Amino acid sequence: MSERHIVIAGAGHAGGRAAEALRAAGYKGPITLIGAERHPPYERPPLSKELLAGTGTVEKTYLRPAAWYAEAGIELRLGCAVREIDPRAQRVRLADATELPYDALVLTTGARPRILPIAGGEGPRVHYLRDIEDCLRLRERLVPDARVVLIGAGFIGLEIAATARQRGAAVTVLEIAPQVLSRVAPPPLAAYVADLHKRHGVEIRTSVIVTGIEDTGSGLSILTNAGERIAADIAAVGIGVQPNTELAASAGVTVDDGIKVDEFGRSSDPAIFAAGDVTRHFNPIFGRYIRLEAWQNAQNQAIAVAKVMAGGTQPFAEVPWFWTDQFDMNLQTAGPPGPWDKLVWRGEPAERAFTVFHLFEGKPVAATTVNNTRDMRFARMIVGRGTPVDPALLADKSVKLQDLAR
Amino acid sequence: MSESGSGEWVTVAQRSALKPGEVMGVQVKDKEIALYDIDGTVYATENTCTHAYAYLSDGWVDGDVIECPLHGGRFEIKTGKGLGPPIDCDIKTFPVRVEGENIQIKIGG
Repeated sequence: MSERHIVIAGAGHAGGRAAEALRAAGYKGPITLIGAERHPPYERPPLSKELLAGTGTVEKTYLRPAAWYAEAGIELRLGCAVREIDPRAQRVRLADATELPYDALVLTTGARPRILPIAGGEGPRVHYLRDIEDCLRLRERLVPDARVVLIGAGFIGLEIAATARQRGAAVTVLEIAPQVLSRVAPPPLAAYVADLHKRHGVEIRTSVIVTGIEDTGSGLSILTNAGERIAADIAAVGIGVQPNTELAASAGVTVDDGIKVDEFGRSSDPAIFAAGDVTRHFNPIFGRYIRLEAWQNAQNQAIAVAKVMAGGTQPFAEVPWFWTDQFDMNLQTAGPPGPWDKLVWRGEPAERAFTVFHLFEGKPVAATTVNNTRDMRFARMIVGRGTPVDPALLADKSVKLQDLAR
Repeated sequence: MSESGSGEWVTVAQRSALKPGEVMGVQVKDKEIALYDIDGTVYATENTCTHAYAYLSDGWVDGDVIECPLHGGRFEIKTGKGLGPPIDCDIKTFPVRVEGENIQIKIGG
């Protein structure tokens, strides 16, 4: 049993942590970690922040130095994607036509950026950001006075906007919804974040639909539904990601906007597990399936699934947690995607630091801290408990969140 | 991990400023230091997390473990040992002594 050959398809953040965690759990059998990218496993958050800003290095994004994998007895095959899975023969076929048998397969194929479905949505001056090469290519264009247009005001778009602004670019953000962070932030929080950007000289324009992008030869002309033409040197697009489920789907594994897995990372195929951005996984705390695009999930779900594969019995059951850094703001949010019907403020947006609880039918279902990391630990516990809390207590700063979390 | 031998003892804080279960950040010369009180004994580590730029003194003490507020990385306070991802580098600790009202740590050497 312990000599089973485990193959991990996808050598990104989740794949890298899965391989490490198998060894840390005492798994001694062969492990092959396969990835299309040329870098060893790395984490992506610096790609819109430190690495893009030029204050970080490529190597600092790596989970481990490249040499670590061989030392840990992990075969690392980079620059070569898995193209096909034969689930009956339990083999994978790689892009270079080699075939590998597996006893257990972990799919950590991640997600890819959604491409603007318009004329000119792709081109040399239209940047998407997913991997290190994307980041370095974009970084070269973020120079003082460069006219940079962000399409999409989600976390990626806003982080790129902040980094671009800090590098001296002239930045405009175009957002299709009436507010920034439309998927995740209540209007008052979105307004707070938009103000932050405006104070730093970023132009934010909401309710704008980009209908086409023309490359003029020396720049871009961005067309909007209002008939405007916005001139830019480059555009950077952040309109979401889609999970890379094609490999799983063509092998007959159940896919539903993500590879469907249980709380142990098991898919519909008994020899195939999955973790990270590619999954739609059952979260036992909230009793439903969720798909997350988050660092914590890539790391902790991968570690949990590896432990299960090494013989453990613990499910992956965490309160989803996410952070973003834009200018001098650190915003963190805990809780799964879902509706809320009431907001409880602990502190004021006018203060530099505050916390917001999102309630649904009386229960805290999410919490956001702005420059207030101290609150997040207990806010997460309160959200995880899922029991009703008196909003007056949540709002009262003289009541310790620690006591409400018990 | 822990320095010994040469180096100098520097007063960094007043004993009464730190209570059991707490962590506080102090600056000494060019160093950022985190001081902890675990059951009445004082410990010291570097304050800047080895994973990303955050102060452990803004984080949470959980028994004898400090949790970084930024991404949840954890270290054993007494030894500086990193306790799993995202931490892959232990944090430096400093010898501590309490002289009267003064918390002193040993730097340099």
